[in-house]
Amino acid sequence: MDRDEFMVKVVSPAAFTIGLFVIWELACRVFSIPLTILPAPSVIFAALIEFRAPIISNSWVTLWTTLAGFALATVFGLLMGIAVGWHKAIYAGVYPLLVGFNSIPKVAVVPVLILWFGLGEIPAILTAFLISFFPIVVNVATGLATTEPELEDVLRALGASKLDIMRKVGIPRSLPYFFGSLKVAITLAFVGAVVSETVGANKGIGKLMLDAQAAFQVQIVFAGLLVLAVLGILLYICTALIEKRFTGWAFRGQNR
Amino acid sequence: MDPLVVLNNVSMAYGKGASAVPAIEDVSLDIEPGEFIAVVGPSGCGKSSLMKLISGLHPVSKGELKVKGETVTRPLKSVGMAFQNSNLLPWRTCVDNVLLPLEIVPPHRQRIGSHRAEYKQKAVDLLNSVGLTGFTDKFPWQLSGGMQQRASICRALIHEPEVLMLDEPFGALDAFTREELWCALRDIHAARGVTVMLVTHDLREAVFLADTVYVMSNRPGRIVKKCRVTIPRPRDLEVTYTAEFQDVVHELRSMIGGKH
Repeated sequence: MDRDEFMVKVVSPAAFTIGLFVIWELACRVFSIPLTILPAPSVIFAALIEFRAPIISNSWVTLWTTLAGFALATVFGLLMGIAVGWHKAIYAGVYPLLVGFNSIPKVAVVPVLILWFGLGEIPAILTAFLISFFPIVVNVATGLATTEPELEDVLRALGASKLDIMRKVGIPRSLPYFFGSLKVAITLAFVGAVVSETVGANKGIGKLMLDAQAAFQVQIVFAGLLVLAVLGILLYICTALIEKRFTGWAFRGQNR
Repeated sequence: MDPLVVLNNVSMAYGKGASAVPAIEDVSLDIEPGEFIAVVGPSGCGKSSLMKLISGLHPVSKGELKVKGETVTRPLKSVGMAFQNSNLLPWRTCVDNVLLPLEIVPPHRQRIGSHRAEYKQKAVDLLNSVGLTGFTDKFPWQLSGGMQQRASICRALIHEPEVLMLDEPFGALDAFTREELWCALRDIHAARGVTVMLVTHDLREAVFLADTVYVMSNRPGRIVKKCRVTIPRPRDLEVTYTAEFQDVVHELRSMIGGKH
């Protein structure tokens, strides 16, 4: 990494992040904002350290429910996407259902899930799954549907079956779309898990924040938000790295 | 020798029933083994449809279409196709792109797993023969447009098809590269004795390369003129500046409609 790149990729994001916290801190002090409205970063970081044990154990629950839901969404989304992209009739039949289903706010589904599975991790996992599979399905199906017709002709003229065309062209072609959608899906899965925890759960960051709010421990609520933001960034980075690793050919000229 | 491809009063339409759009009407032509034919005509006249028809990708709606004496009802497998867009797969290297048809066509598809090195050598040799020595392990986007088109033609040739079908393969190239590729195609045809059907709207290209040029009318496409090019082979690019060559081009041009 040369100097310019270091400035852009490390120094710039760090400076903006620190700057945000500094302005926040100053604003809290200058305008004497009450702790119950907006605690200063220094108070939040103190709370993070003080309550680290419950924060870590609850973060862990949120993290693994998110990942479990995301894993389900990946497998299901990929299979569903291939099915939808396979044939126009399946696409036409399933797409309205998918859109309709996706339009239902998932908060509204959580009570039903709790009714079925009781309080615990399962509603959170399922909410994470339900909220995050849609972009995966749509992206995989789009990747498959946009195969160049000439290329299909080349292969069909050789006697290639639909399965051959899928294996050799369609699926590799849709991989960048697939990995791209994972970045969106992971953040959505995270949102889903936390939403479910705030509606009803016995563990997790969402639940921790809910309890802290009830007890007016506003600094813990904000500590929870901060943890969520950091975890969200980490999960996003993981999927972005996976994307680069597997579909480098689609990012030609940017890093070569 | 019996013709390799026979079309007898063939018509073809897209769609069915009353809403069917006729693309080709009453076309008759023969292609001899090893012959190089070119089909020219205004855009949208059904040149590409004719190619789809002969490769078995689209059924005949009327008339008779035979390849090697057999009526064509489904894709032939003995056809190699290349288009204006090279359509190389960006995640495969040049040589792996060329190998793609062998992963589809029997008996190669059963053998390629265990004999990959042997097939790879064959593909490398083919790429070398069209002037892509040293580029075999490059990805398509590392090649120039002309090189991509050479690789695309290699992909169409690797399974040793009986008919090579080219749909405006040089349409997107600059004039100099296009002439270079004319010569490459001329040499491939001479060396391999493959039967070639070239669809183009470039009359000079058609006359320079083909033994027989067919002129098609506006949609629905009919053949309005069959022209044998008697300029002896091997043809050099210089030939395109001779009066004889210009006369043929002129005559063909007058057959194609449009404002002048």
